[in-house]
Amino acid sequence: MNGFLELFAEYDIIGAFWMNIRLTILAAIGSFALGTVLAVFRISPVGSLRAIGTSYVNVVRNTPLTIIMVLGVLAVWGQLKITFSSDFELNFFIYAVIALSIYHAAFVCEAIRSGVNTVPQGQAEAARAIGLSFLPAARVVVLPQALRGAITPLGNTLIALTKNTTVAAAASVAEASGLMKTMIEFNPNLMVSIFLTIAIGFCIIVIPMGLLTTWLSDKLAVAR
Amino acid sequence: MRTQATVLFDAPGPRARRNILLSNAAALVVVLVIVVLVLIQLNEQDQLAPEKWANALNANAWANYYLPGLKFTLQASGIAVVTAMVFGLIFGFMRLAPFGPIRWIAGVVVEFFRAVPVLVMMFFLYFFFSRIVAPSGLIASADAAYYGVIVGLTVYNGAVIAELVRSGVKSLPKGQREAAAAVGMTNNQSLRLVEVPQALTAMLPSLLSQFVVIIKDSALGYLIGFYELLQYSRQLGSGYSNILQTLVVAALIFIVINFILTWLASKLAGRLSSRTGGDTAPVTSTTMGPALSVR
Repeated sequence: MNGFLELFAEYDIIGAFWMNIRLTILAAIGSFALGTVLAVFRISPVGSLRAIGTSYVNVVRNTPLTIIMVLGVLAVWGQLKITFSSDFELNFFIYAVIALSIYHAAFVCEAIRSGVNTVPQGQAEAARAIGLSFLPAARVVVLPQALRGAITPLGNTLIALTKNTTVAAAASVAEASGLMKTMIEFNPNLMVSIFLTIAIGFCIIVIPMGLLTTWLSDKLAVAR
Repeated sequence: MRTQATVLFDAPGPRARRNILLSNAAALVVVLVIVVLVLIQLNEQDQLAPEKWANALNANAWANYYLPGLKFTLQASGIAVVTAMVFGLIFGFMRLAPFGPIRWIAGVVVEFFRAVPVLVMMFFLYFFFSRIVAPSGLIASADAAYYGVIVGLTVYNGAVIAELVRSGVKSLPKGQREAAAAVGMTNNQSLRLVEVPQALTAMLPSLLSQFVVIIKDSALGYLIGFYELLQYSRQLGSGYSNILQTLVVAALIFIVINFILTWLASKLAGRLSSRTGGDTAPVTSTTMGPALSVR
C-alpha cells in the first residue's frame, strides 16, 4: 500500500467521479425527454410517427455506444466540423452528453412502452369515453400510469447510463475510467488497489440506485 | 404490442383521418428537411465525394479491414459467450446453494461484477495481462488486449447470466420443486435435473439477446487497442481520410448482425414457451446494464 494514499492527493479521483455524475444527470434528462417523445410516437395513431419511433429504436439499440461516441468525435466533430463550444473540453463534454442521450433514449422508449403495456385497456377506453383525444388521453391518463409501471426498467436504464458514462473516455472527457487508466500507467505497482478504488466507487454509486429503484417501484406501483 | 397500440385510439373517423394525413405529411417534411440539412453539411465538408464512399466499400476495404475486424469481433464475442455461460452457471448454482456462506460469496462476486463498468474492468485487465501475465511468458504481450476484452466480457456477462439462472429458477412454478422432492430427489438433484434445465430453456432467448450485448460491448476493446471491427474501420478511415464513411459502414455491420440476433431471440421465445414452466420473453437489456430487474 506504499504510496497509495498519496494517489488521492496527486489525482482528483472525486472530481473524476463528479464528471461521471454530471454526465449521468445531463444525459438522463436528455434521454428521458427524447425517449418519452419516441414512446409517444410509437403508440400514436399516426403511421409515419410509429415508423420513425420503431426505426430509431431498432437502429440505435443495435449500435455499440462506443461507435456512436467515436462517430460523434471523429466524424461529426472531426470531419463535419460541428462545434458546440469554443472551449475544447466543454465541446467534448457536450458531445459525450449527446451521444449518451441518443443511445439511452432508445432504452427509455422501450421502458416506457413496456410501462404502457401495464396500463389496462379500460383506462384508455375510459379516457376516450369522457371525450379526450389521443394526446390529452396519453398525457393525463396513460403516460402517468405507464411511467409508474416503468420504474424498474427506467431505473435499470439509469444504472446502465451511469456505468456507460465511462465510454465518454472515447471522447477524452476526464472521467473516472480514463483517470484510472492514467493512474495505472504511472503507478503499475499499485494496479490492484487503484482498480479496486475506482470499482468500489462505482459500486457505491450504482448499488444504492438499484435498491432505490426496487423501493420506488414497490412504493409507486399502481394498485389494481 | 399491436393489439395494445390499437386500443389507445379509436378507428379514425373522417376528421381523425384528415389529422393523421396531415401529421404524416408534416412528419415526412420534417424528415426530409433533416435529410437535406445533413446532406448539405456533408457536401460542404466534401464528405459526399464518390471516391470517399468507394474507398469505404470496395473489395480492399472488405477483404483487408471489415472482414478481418469482424472476424476478431465475432471470435472474441463468441468465446466470451461460452465462458460467460460457464461462469454464469457456476455462480447461478452457487447463489442457489443451500449453504449460506456459498450463497453470500457468490452474491457479493455477482453484484460486484455487475456494478463495475465493463470499460473499467477492461482497462484494468489490459494492464494486468500486459504488465503481469505477459512478462511471465504465459501469453504474448500483443494479445493482452484480446484477453482483456474476453475476460472483461466474461465476468460482466457471466454475472448477468448468473442472475438470469437464479431468477429463472425462482420464476418456475413451485410444483416443479415439490414434484422433484416427492419422487425422492435431493435438493441438488432437483436443481440439476428439474429446475435448471427448465430455467435454461426459458433463458435461451435472453441468452441470445445477451449475445447482442456482448457483441456491442466488444467494441469497447477499441479503447484498449484491441483490433476489432471498429479499430480496423478507424484505421481504414485514417488511411484514406474517409473516417466518417468507414465508421458508418462499421455501424451498419453491427446493426445488421445485432438486428438479426434480436429478431431470432423473439422468434425463439415464441417457440420455446410451450417447453418450459418459466417465462421465455427475452429480456431487452441495455449494454452494461443489469438484464433483469435489479435484485
